[in-house]
Amino acid sequence: MTRPHLFSTDAHKYRSFLAKGMHSPSFVIGGIITLFFIAMALTSFVWTPHDALSVNIAERLKPISASHWLGTDHYGHDLFSMIMLGARNSIAVALVAVGIGAGLGVPLGSWAAAKGGWLDEAIMRMGDFIFAFPAIISAIMITALAGPGAINAIVAIGIFNIPVFARLARGAALSLWTREFILAARLSGKGSVRITIEHILPNIANLLIVQGTIQFSLGILAEAGLSYVGLGTQPPMPSWGKMLAEAQTWLMMAPQLAIIPGMAIILTVLGLNLLGDGLRDMLDPKVRSSLDIGGSKAS
Amino acid sequence: MMKSATKWALALSMAATLMTAGAQAARNDIILGVRLEPPHLDPTAGAAAAIDEITYANIFEGLTRIDENGSVQPALAESWTISADGLTYDFKLHQGVKFHDGSDFDAEDVVFSLDRARGENSVNAQKALFEPIDSVTAKDKYTVEMTLKRPTGAMLFNLGWGDAVMVAPESADTNKSKPVGTGPFKLDKWVKGDSITLVRNPDYWGTPAKLEKATFKIVADAAASLAALMAGDVDAFPIFPAPEMLPQFENDPRFKVVIGTTEGETILATNNGVKPFDDIRVRKALAYAIDRQSLIDGAMFGYGTLIGSHFAPHNPAYLDLSHVYDYNPEKAKALLKEAGLENGFKARLFLPPTDYARRSGLIIASDLKKVGIELELINVEWAQWLSNVFKGKDYDLTIISHTEPMDIGIYARDDYYFNYKNEEFNAIIAKLNATADDAERTELLHQAQKKLNGDAVNGFLFQLAKTGVWNAKIKGLWANAPIQANDLTAVEWMD
Repeated sequence: MTRPHLFSTDAHKYRSFLAKGMHSPSFVIGGIITLFFIAMALTSFVWTPHDALSVNIAERLKPISASHWLGTDHYGHDLFSMIMLGARNSIAVALVAVGIGAGLGVPLGSWAAAKGGWLDEAIMRMGDFIFAFPAIISAIMITALAGPGAINAIVAIGIFNIPVFARLARGAALSLWTREFILAARLSGKGSVRITIEHILPNIANLLIVQGTIQFSLGILAEAGLSYVGLGTQPPMPSWGKMLAEAQTWLMMAPQLAIIPGMAIILTVLGLNLLGDGLRDMLDPKVRSSLDIGGSKAS
Repeated sequence: MMKSATKWALALSMAATLMTAGAQAARNDIILGVRLEPPHLDPTAGAAAAIDEITYANIFEGLTRIDENGSVQPALAESWTISADGLTYDFKLHQGVKFHDGSDFDAEDVVFSLDRARGENSVNAQKALFEPIDSVTAKDKYTVEMTLKRPTGAMLFNLGWGDAVMVAPESADTNKSKPVGTGPFKLDKWVKGDSITLVRNPDYWGTPAKLEKATFKIVADAAASLAALMAGDVDAFPIFPAPEMLPQFENDPRFKVVIGTTEGETILATNNGVKPFDDIRVRKALAYAIDRQSLIDGAMFGYGTLIGSHFAPHNPAYLDLSHVYDYNPEKAKALLKEAGLENGFKARLFLPPTDYARRSGLIIASDLKKVGIELELINVEWAQWLSNVFKGKDYDLTIISHTEPMDIGIYARDDYYFNYKNEEFNAIIAKLNATADDAERTELLHQAQKKLNGDAVNGFLFQLAKTGVWNAKIKGLWANAPIQANDLTAVEWMD
């Protein structure tokens, strides 16, 4: 019996997977951009060109120079350092939010698929309920109720991610449950929990990873949106959305204050979307040939 | 019957005539932009500056009034005499004054208004202003006698506050939504969240207003304020919210930028009742640790004046103490060490939703971090600020501008939100209240300023500037704000 495995331990297969990726321009470009921002975020823990939180009025609104790579804002904060810290914030919020979404959504979805019946209905209708509110509106609602702050922003974005992953996991798992190798596993006496862990999850992992990158970029956008309206990251900690909001009154005099964080948001989201697209392109043929799951489900 | 083409031509020519006529005559309406919407329109029942900024001198008038330069002028009282002992005031009222509802204004209304403001059930935000009054009696229809418990030098000035305006017994309870005053304008309509429109009062007793209509448009957002002025949707912002945008208007001949003074002492209000701020060394350390000139440059784009106490620099009794605590982080650290806090501490800084507060907060947090004080910045809305900080006194630090005129006396109120309880200061203010002689008053005011500065009660940051922007053709708007007001009585358009 052959079990289709995506991330086979076979080194040769893994190398060929990466080699294939190198030929996909969106994977390469998206990967580079994403890695760049992740590296920036990680570096900010140990080093930034200047102290991004220290106000220096004498140095405010300085143009791009050797000491201030992207200039300074109206408080004299070094913009590059702020972008680095902002990257850390955005990535942390989005990562944890996607983690919450996947961590709760995938088990719920798989459980619904394995049990079916009223449990399936209950879980999915609850997902529909959350879906009924537009993501940003429900996030604003949650942060307005629980108070503004990065933690509440994470929770708000995370909650919205749960049904996304639950739906995806359930849909993909349902089509697997009718397959012969699952039947064989059942005949050999394995319980549904064990089958889900051993057979279902490894086979839907690729879909989840693709969805994860997409949700990751949506999470970054949501964090920027919440911070823009003042409900996300709180001062003095910089955040891209907050930088945009504060740059508003300076648009005529110092447009770079808005353009720079705007570009950071655009580039990160673009990078993550390209990466997701690239991953899907690479994974899809394999998925389709072995599992018969249409590519559309991954989008 | 005319052919339709002829009809159109006629209509067009008529429209053209009307339009040219409109362009020739000067405009007789104005649209002013304001940042905050008032909670209601009764200046005798609320502390919000937004109320007075619409009603003062426009809808409501008092016995006296305060003019653009901060001096007292007669208003509904035509003249007055003060007895030699300073205890009895005789006011002669203007005759023929009518309220907006058509009823007459006479001595009985004065007695009613002042009794209401100082009575048991008074909800007046400045009740302390009326505390020295012993009795108010109507001697005849147009003469009022007021007696005081003790000589009170500032009484005529106090009567000029927006909180001391004259109201009628019939309408006093509904003034919040339907203000009925004696002023040159009356309320036309209030579209909640959008605008408040006043129209000229045709039966006004004094010089009638030149404008026929005045609209206060509520524009909360700074960027939207700029757009509204540029597009001509708003003619004037008496207080433009974003000082960093002013250079754009300065270079534009269509606009006039007028920088004036206000009574707004912007302070880092400190809860003197909680640890560690009950220690004078800690409060002094705060004063040394804040680079106030940088604060003015950074938060206000340079518009603002250094102060050293709770007193406006344009006042004749001002004592310049603004350089007592010049920026000196080393001294701040030494003081903290003395107070046993060399390892620093944490505190909460509440920031109400004004740009000056939010921006100053960020800069102060950065300054204080350098001496080891970690501030948690908490952004609050006005309602929350009023209930938690102002009334509940549950705060460590907050940034706020006190825009009432001559309000140094608030430090003598033991239950005020600063929690500053000082017998010596209370004695100075008590003596001040009982002194009418100008030279003596100045001396006492100097003492009071020195005392507050010496005790570093609050962080005295800067005197708020009035940054007005308006259409260059508008004449008569106040450059300064000696009191919270947008007096429109003399405003007109020039051709």
